[in-house]
Amino acid sequence: MQALAEVAGNITAIAYGVATLGPGIGVGMIFGQGVQAIARQPEAYNLIRQNMLLGFVLVEALALIGLVAPFIFAGI
Amino acid sequence: MNTPTLLLAALPTQAEDPEGFHAPGPEIFDLPPLWEGAPTWLTKPTLLAALSAVILIALFWGAFANPKLVPRGLQNLGEIGYMFVREQIGRPFLGKDTDRFMPLLVSIFFLVLVWNLMGVFPVIQFPVASHIAFPIVLAAAVYLLRIYLGIKHQGPIGYFKNMMFPPGVPKPVYILLAPIEFLSNLVLAPATHALRLFANMFAGHMLLAFFSMVGFYFIFQNFSVLGFPVGVLGTLVTIAMTALEMFIQFLQAYLFAMLAAMYIGGSLHAEH
Repeated sequence: MQALAEVAGNITAIAYGVATLGPGIGVGMIFGQGVQAIARQPEAYNLIRQNMLLGFVLVEALALIGLVAPFIFAGI
Repeated sequence: MNTPTLLLAALPTQAEDPEGFHAPGPEIFDLPPLWEGAPTWLTKPTLLAALSAVILIALFWGAFANPKLVPRGLQNLGEIGYMFVREQIGRPFLGKDTDRFMPLLVSIFFLVLVWNLMGVFPVIQFPVASHIAFPIVLAAAVYLLRIYLGIKHQGPIGYFKNMMFPPGVPKPVYILLAPIEFLSNLVLAPATHALRLFANMFAGHMLLAFFSMVGFYFIFQNFSVLGFPVGVLGTLVTIAMTALEMFIQFLQAYLFAMLAAMYIGGSLHAEH
């Protein structure tokens, strides 16, 4: 069949792209506000960094689930 | 014709021939047994996991088997590592219980760190944690310890009550909050604990494999004048990605140990 335009590849790549949107915004907010907090109160650096990493870890989990899901559901 | 268009024009012709460029997929993680006739479980990851344990035992044996009051050589290194785990991972989450759990935290942190660094170590180049079985075992161990400690310190009813019904919330909200807390504490937390380490190592290894494959293919396997700059670019990106990967590997080891400390701390004392 002669196709004028064709898109080849795997739909899971698009799905992962969509899945990164939310975590991307979240990670940006966490580190942006974290850096702002450190700039305002440098002596609280340890406390802020700790909570910043904690929030980062929780938000990042969503992106990672998005990464793993295509492999889990590859057969379906 | 400017250079980017030239490069793009060079790509489709190579994609068409059967010997063309193939991006590495998840099959790079399916490794055969080490030699013909070896037991099926004896693959590269299991060997590397055992090797990591041996390296760590040797390192800490050398550092702390015969400790001096004024540390020298390896003991300096061991003390720096121990202090890092105690001050950055233990103290913030465990407080005065830190010393009880230091052996566990140091073992977890350094084991995961060595596992991960295997991913960029020349010649070896395979992160052990990119096989999900390894993180699952560590996460399951922490999970069991956490439930055991929670029931021991808060009582079998108190543990689940503190977990599902945190104080300071209006009563009707518990209808929503209790199932969510239950699910997030007992299912999602351990699952993401293992998945995070696995997925980061998996994605990182795949990224490195892809860019080094680009370099190898366009420079050696299928040399062409137009493809050569692409190959050089791939090689340079591989080097940059290796640096990034080393940072991520350290960060993941730190986060894995940090979450373990946080879960243990949450079991020892009810929140708030």
